[in-house]
Amino acid sequence: MSEKVISIKGVSFQYPEQETFALREVSFDVYKGEWLAVVGHNGSGKSTLAKMLNGLHYPSQGTVSIGGYKLTEEHVWSIRGKLGMVFQNPDNQFVGTTVQDDVAFGLENNGVEHGVMQERVFASLEKVGMTAFLNQEPHHLSGGQKQRVAIAGVIALRPDIILLDEATSMLDPLGREEVMNTVRELNEKEGLTVISITHDLEEAAKADRVIVLNEGRLYIEGTPADIFQLDRELVQLGLGVPFAVQMSQLLADAGLKLSQRHFNEEELVNELWTLNFEK
Amino acid sequence: MDIKLREIEYRYAAGTPFERSAIADVTFDIPSGQYVAIIGHTGSGKSTVLQHLNVLLKPLKGEVQIGNRTVSSGRKEKNLKDVRRRVGIVFQFPEHQLFEETVEKDICFGPMNFGVMEEDAKKRARAAIQLVGLPEEVLGKSPFDLSGGQMRRVAIAGVLAMKPDVLVLDEPTAGLDPRGRQDMMDMFAKLQKENGMTCVLVTHSMEDAARYADTIVIMHKGRVFRTGAARDIFSDAGSLTDVGLDVPETVRFQRLFEQRLGRPLGKVCLTPEELAAEVGRLRGEQS
Amino acid sequence: MMEKLIIGRYLPADSVVHGMDPRAKLLFIFIFVLIIFLANNPVTYTLLGAFTLFAVFLSKVKLRFLVNGLKPVLILILFTFLLHVFFTKEGDMIARIGFLTIYEGGVIKGVFISLRFFLLIFVTSLLTLTTPPISVTDGIESLFGPLRKIKVPVHELALMMSISLRFIPTLLDETDKIMKAQMARGADFSSGSIPDRVKAVIPLLIPLFVSAFKRAEELAVAMEARGYKGSEGRTKYRLLHWSLRDTMAMLLLGALSAALFMLRS
Repeated sequence: MSEKVISIKGVSFQYPEQETFALREVSFDVYKGEWLAVVGHNGSGKSTLAKMLNGLHYPSQGTVSIGGYKLTEEHVWSIRGKLGMVFQNPDNQFVGTTVQDDVAFGLENNGVEHGVMQERVFASLEKVGMTAFLNQEPHHLSGGQKQRVAIAGVIALRPDIILLDEATSMLDPLGREEVMNTVRELNEKEGLTVISITHDLEEAAKADRVIVLNEGRLYIEGTPADIFQLDRELVQLGLGVPFAVQMSQLLADAGLKLSQRHFNEEELVNELWTLNFEK
Repeated sequence: MDIKLREIEYRYAAGTPFERSAIADVTFDIPSGQYVAIIGHTGSGKSTVLQHLNVLLKPLKGEVQIGNRTVSSGRKEKNLKDVRRRVGIVFQFPEHQLFEETVEKDICFGPMNFGVMEEDAKKRARAAIQLVGLPEEVLGKSPFDLSGGQMRRVAIAGVLAMKPDVLVLDEPTAGLDPRGRQDMMDMFAKLQKENGMTCVLVTHSMEDAARYADTIVIMHKGRVFRTGAARDIFSDAGSLTDVGLDVPETVRFQRLFEQRLGRPLGKVCLTPEELAAEVGRLRGEQS
Repeated sequence: MMEKLIIGRYLPADSVVHGMDPRAKLLFIFIFVLIIFLANNPVTYTLLGAFTLFAVFLSKVKLRFLVNGLKPVLILILFTFLLHVFFTKEGDMIARIGFLTIYEGGVIKGVFISLRFFLLIFVTSLLTLTTPPISVTDGIESLFGPLRKIKVPVHELALMMSISLRFIPTLLDETDKIMKAQMARGADFSSGSIPDRVKAVIPLLIPLFVSAFKRAEELAVAMEARGYKGSEGRTKYRLLHWSLRDTMAMLLLGALSAALFMLRS
């Protein structure tokens, strides 16, 4: 595979005053341009991991390197320039009083020159399709729109990686779709590396690679097709399975022949047909 | 207790330059003991309708019949306590309403507002905490020391302790992980079946609506777009897509399968379990 | 009630006053508030009044709108007026009502003080009506910039102000939601004795505080993730432009001050 942009080696983390580790000996790499989904139920350690990738926590053991920098207090600001983060609550990350002020916030922090700033604010809003809302105030925007503004704020800083920390979990279905399409386009057209931390397995099904966390450990790593073969095991981990996987299982239980668990509905219908009904 | 909405209309900030219409000409029934799902996009007027069910909002036109009480515009409404007790609303992210030092006190807040004595309220709190699947020890803790999922359960217990006849749920599973979501929806279905409670679910999830509801009300742009039995509504997938709503996954999958099969199955299936059984039966017939 | 209050509201429009540099407007108000106290006779008050009306005319804000906005403070003004009328004992006595006597000097003083109030409110309302809150903040930050030398955290204060402005509508929404949720649980915010009512707001206030703190915490994390590390090395997206008209406004104000000095008795 291509170039590594993040490398995590033997990372453990313990919150102060807590007995158990939130992360235990987690190791994995992230490659340039890929879409990696990190899934796990609430309390599996995925939020801790997200915060660590942005230098909001430092590992108790092990090393994290991002974009060639080792995660230490010395490099944390360089790392934040390489990796931008979109948080769960659309309201609590909107700093500016208007859309354009909010997108500019990160640029201001990094001391970007005024002329360049104007260009980048506009270009970023164009990429997320929000230029018509330049002077809107946040309380007039939908959740999905606010998250798109947050994405614009991130890409204005031209990072290599965007980290979505359950960025769609508070949105309605339309908002979710709107945000996912925006990120997909950035991933495909701009080659932005995407790490999406989520408990939505439908979303994970569309990733290039999936990592499952459970009780702070890396439970399994693989392509969505690999992961979804686990089906009931995933349910036991507190994760839902995509509809087609669930359907495959139920059909198999009802005595229908199927070679594997499908996570694509068309493939499932095809196999269901060929193995069971075609004469 | 039946609730009937008759041509109700509501506008926000009526009489100011900021006035905007929320709902108009909304008519439908919530028969006693039924599970009714109200679906529609954000801004379709679902939440406004919901607030009429216990008179948090009063219609500007039309009337709402709640049991034997009629609420209409123009009339001053006094003593709404009885209505508020009989129609319990669990708002979106209900954990945001917790405020007491202990879970027990918070659950007792509702019942005691409605005149229940402290001893009795405490009994109700114990019963309610069990209903939502939390251990009794939780009662003595501060609600702010609990996890997000537990806080939500406590908030729901606070509404259940009022012993409402009608339980109104506004996106009760928003933000929960899949396991939490499933548990919670099963809990409401059980309450409705076993305690004969009327359930009104406001949701974006077509799957939940298809699985749990007897009757479905589709809201679109502040009006009722369609109402009907769940199976009838989902048989006509075209009208759902007309207003930009998704078809439940099961129905979508059934349609794909029917295309390969070249003919429709006998009925539209509302859950994956039902569909799997139907396909299994078909396979049995063919061999 | 809230809809009638105009102080703190911004009314977008295209006027000379809207286009002014917020620093100019802030300075203007500061000086204006000071020179109001120079006026002490009918001529000087007329001059001030005319000047204010001229500013209102330039701002394209409807006079009716400003007058309506005075309603909430009318009681206060009336009270001060009566206080002066009844308790100033200067000049000729003009009336006697029961044990109260009214002197000519009292009436004049009452009128002047009320006028002073009106002018102050007019001019400050004019500032907020013609300047988006965020520009006011920018203006304040820039004007107080020199205080940074004596370690006043000017930038941080301005940021705090702008974040508060941004969260006001969010928190108002939240208040409404929590209030409704508690009303659905039988809470009653609008009747009962005063101690009952005070007690009734606890279920509203505590959730509001909890949520505000949570928001603040999340916002702080988000700001740090976006590279916020204080004012050092920071550039600004919003730039202020001092133009000819701002200088003109200042000159005009200078002329007014001079005139007041000469005409006061």
